[in-house]
Amino acid sequence: MVPLNWYLILSAFVFSAGLYAALGRRNAIAVLMGIELMLNAANINLVAFWRFGVTPAENLDGQIFALFVIAVAAAEVAIGLALIISVYRNRRTVNLDDLDLLKG
Amino acid sequence: MNWSDALIQMQYNLGAPQELSWLVQGITYFVGAFILANAALVLALVLIWITRKVISRIQDRIGPNRLGPFGLFQTIADAMKLLSKEDINPTSADTISYQIAPVLSVVGVIMALAVIPFGAGLIGADLNVGVLYLVALGSIGIMAALMAGWGSNNKYALLAGFRVVAQLLSYEIPMVLAMLAPVLLVNTMRMQELAQAQSLFIGPINLGIGWFVFLLPGAFLIYFISALAEGEQTPFDLLEAESELVAGFHIEYSGMKFAMFFLAQFLNSFFLGAIAVALFLGGWQGPFAGQIPLLGPIYFMAKTFFIYVVIQWIKGTFPRMRVDQMMQFAWKVLVPLVLTLILVQMVVMKLPLPGWINSLLVLVANIGVFIAVLNIMGSYFRREMVRTKRSFEPKSLIGTMQPVNTSSGD
Amino acid sequence: MPELPFPLPPLPTVQQVVFVGIALLTVVGSLAVVLARNLFHSALGLVAAFFGAAGVYIIAEAEFIGVSQVLVYVGAISTLITFAIMLTRGMMFGATSPRNRQSGTAAIITSLTFIVLMALMNGINWPEASEPIVDGQAIIAGLGRAFVTEYIIPFELLALLLLVALAGAIVLAKDRN
Repeated sequence: MVPLNWYLILSAFVFSAGLYAALGRRNAIAVLMGIELMLNAANINLVAFWRFGVTPAENLDGQIFALFVIAVAAAEVAIGLALIISVYRNRRTVNLDDLDLLKG
Repeated sequence: MNWSDALIQMQYNLGAPQELSWLVQGITYFVGAFILANAALVLALVLIWITRKVISRIQDRIGPNRLGPFGLFQTIADAMKLLSKEDINPTSADTISYQIAPVLSVVGVIMALAVIPFGAGLIGADLNVGVLYLVALGSIGIMAALMAGWGSNNKYALLAGFRVVAQLLSYEIPMVLAMLAPVLLVNTMRMQELAQAQSLFIGPINLGIGWFVFLLPGAFLIYFISALAEGEQTPFDLLEAESELVAGFHIEYSGMKFAMFFLAQFLNSFFLGAIAVALFLGGWQGPFAGQIPLLGPIYFMAKTFFIYVVIQWIKGTFPRMRVDQMMQFAWKVLVPLVLTLILVQMVVMKLPLPGWINSLLVLVANIGVFIAVLNIMGSYFRREMVRTKRSFEPKSLIGTMQPVNTSSGD
Repeated sequence: MPELPFPLPPLPTVQQVVFVGIALLTVVGSLAVVLARNLFHSALGLVAAFFGAAGVYIIAEAEFIGVSQVLVYVGAISTLITFAIMLTRGMMFGATSPRNRQSGTAAIITSLTFIVLMALMNGINWPEASEPIVDGQAIIAGLGRAFVTEYIIPFELLALLLLVALAGAIVLAKDRN
């Protein structure tokens, strides 16, 4: 049996990597990838806590939540990429540093 | 008896210590995986030979007949030729994706072997999510095609990669939904139980012909058509279109890397046939398969090779579809029909009626869908036939004949 | 997989070795997402991380989630992301840095987050093990049942969300000219 700690360390690392990609990458698509990584990290935690719960065979809430996260991530990525493509069509760039229309 | 239990027992009988059970299990699963993966490679040689022979017969030729009995060794010679060819790497290719793509495409196909039930107890791993696993493997093939298309740094390869993705994603949906029909009947996704459920008992004797294809012909037809598209076979082989285009996303590949894409394609169409056999054509079930276990794998392989020959037969005789027609067929014909089918089946199975009436209603719905799909495909091919005939008419006759009514479609 | 009897506690089990391998794949994949200069390599790293996460789920005996992960993330989301990368490739050929202006701050915040998370985890007595899962099929059946009984409203809302997202994505990405 893999200790619960290992899952959590892995998920913490993946979450941090995703956070850095979301905050520090230049390309909007890379930012979206970072968000996907963070959602995955959350899912690893959900599944791990489900497995180490008191009655994993009866109480499936962790898995159900993970499935919801997967579905929401799919919707989110579709909208996000549509936005990025729309921005690219108007501005010819998906570089976040250049998207400063709202700057006074 | 399961093959893995038998092998583990054999190792203990040979004197393996009980403390090393992890090693014994490891050896068992390694041996199983090793045999399956290598059998797949040998199988590919036979498949290519069958393809060439069948297509030759259709085209009134003999086919390979020089090397070995019936030209059986021709494929080996071809493989050696491909192995000894120069391995060209385009200078501006993206090395990582260019090198990994062919391996990934073969791996994604061979992994399907793990859940195919060759006989009673003869299954690599009877996963709880067997059917879903098979579907998920398809996404590895999509990734491989994208990587090859991008990594080659060739615009034709990239465009072909896009088209592969579009086609595979579109036909994945009707395929998955059609595979759902037998799953709903048996209430399990384990391949072995699905095969087992297709028995037909008359008294104590298992005739083994309670195949789901007799109850779900509509779902089977939709699965088969989608499998043709997933395996990139005629009439949906416009990704490669050997007789018209240069090649697909593997245009920049040469030597053994090209052969690996080739291998993946042949094995893929065979395994899609094997899945059809396991889900709809009774798997290893057949007359007396219950009494003589050896008959199981024989029945399974016989049925799968039959499906494979049918695929080649279609390849030799059908015209190719146009890309827009192909997408329309998936989204406007197959998906709505299969959704209706699944909905009807789910509702009917919950109706408080005697079991045989439920089955009859499901059968009626399936026959309706079967006829609808055949009609739509048939009308397309009839139009295509008229168009082809007209294009071969002498130029002087054009305009002098009554126009054939082709306005309904293209 | 049945529990393996082990006389020596410090020896890692097969499961643990496999877990470390899969975790390494995930870590390398997520590092590639963060560090790769070529955006396509980032996407490949993302696929590797998705596969790693699927492996983690399967080790945790959540087979259904693992396979759904491959189906949705690798099959659909990665494909979409790759498509988007290829459609916006025009700007990828400039030799620009992969990091934006605030990347220094981002690095500090990220490392702080990681350190805080590890520190939080350090002090807690996590449960050592839980009861083994005997019937994997019952879990899948239970998932299905939960979706149409206890979680029916979120499930229907999710369906609605997916439909809205589908329509919205088409409207947003459509070329108006």
